[in-house]
Amino acid sequence: MSDVADRVKKIVIDHLGVDEAKVTETASFIDDLGADSLDTVELVMAFEEEFGCEIPDDAAEKIQTVKNAIDFIEANQG
Amino acid sequence: MNNPAQLMAGKRGLILGLANDKSIAWGIAKALHAHGAELAFTYQGEALLKRVKPLAESLGSDFVLPCDVTDENSMDEVFAAIQEKWGTFDFMVHAVAFSDKEELKGKYLATTRDNFLRTMDISCYSLTALSQRAAPLMNEGGSIVTLTYYGAERVMPHYNVMGVAKAALEASVRYLAVDMGNQGVRVNAISAGPIKTLAASGIGDFRYILKWNELNAPLKRNVTIDEVGGSALYLLSDLGAGVSGEVHHVDCGYHTVGMVGIDAAEETAELLATLKGKASS
Repeated sequence: MSDVADRVKKIVIDHLGVDEAKVTETASFIDDLGADSLDTVELVMAFEEEFGCEIPDDAAEKIQTVKNAIDFIEANQG
Repeated sequence: MNNPAQLMAGKRGLILGLANDKSIAWGIAKALHAHGAELAFTYQGEALLKRVKPLAESLGSDFVLPCDVTDENSMDEVFAAIQEKWGTFDFMVHAVAFSDKEELKGKYLATTRDNFLRTMDISCYSLTALSQRAAPLMNEGGSIVTLTYYGAERVMPHYNVMGVAKAALEASVRYLAVDMGNQGVRVNAISAGPIKTLAASGIGDFRYILKWNELNAPLKRNVTIDEVGGSALYLLSDLGAGVSGEVHHVDCGYHTVGMVGIDAAEETAELLATLKGKASS
């Protein structure tokens, strides 16, 4: 597992207060992890802060699962 | 963090519009708490309750009330609860605004009647509606602060109908300042520079506005919620006792600037280049 994946999962676990076991790569923030619409915005802000990257509005709307987040960050880092 | 000069000792007030720890209202709440203020908070809906409650608790407040500013009864209940618990109070922070996200991008020209009215109702009229109810309960020397933005004075991309509502809000501040001045209550607005909050995430391409301000504000950076908190503390405490009807800019000086800073020209050009092809449709 990549470093990015670990860090993304840690943010999701901390922010949503969910069990580590539930935070699989295919887990959907809203459908599987109980996030509300504000959580999804807050998660994107937290990812931006953690990775020092900018996630534009149209990309942010597509980040709905743990894997979506990891893929975007890996593709847009550095 | 105990401050030897407790500017808000013995003062009690209501904060409306806290969402999370990135909120401008949070910066204000922290500054007031650090100076000894006793705080009440409102929230709108369960999603915000779960965010506001722990924040309020961290500042020693369990006085958390539901408030929907579009509902007269809901607002009545807030002030009835304040009257019951406190009798009178000293200050109110209005950090409430809403517009349909779909209309915070593209052109103002496309604004619908429904969203225009809803935006004006929640973002502008709410200050008047709340002040009406607050007035009979506010002590002499009381103070009300609302939040506005430079988009009220000049056109900012995508701010659209919210800019129109904020212009009306700033005018409301002046009228309310007169109407409440007789009882010794002051009404002011803080025009904060752009800050990355939950609410700002609804504004199209907000990161460009942030970056532009960072490059071109006299202080060459963006303002923080703690800095807005400091300015709000001044307006809400007796330090601001002679100030009313004012729109106070807390924006690292951005509102004074007439042109791109020469020293930031290169970086500004790079920012502009990334906007190429993004001309609003």
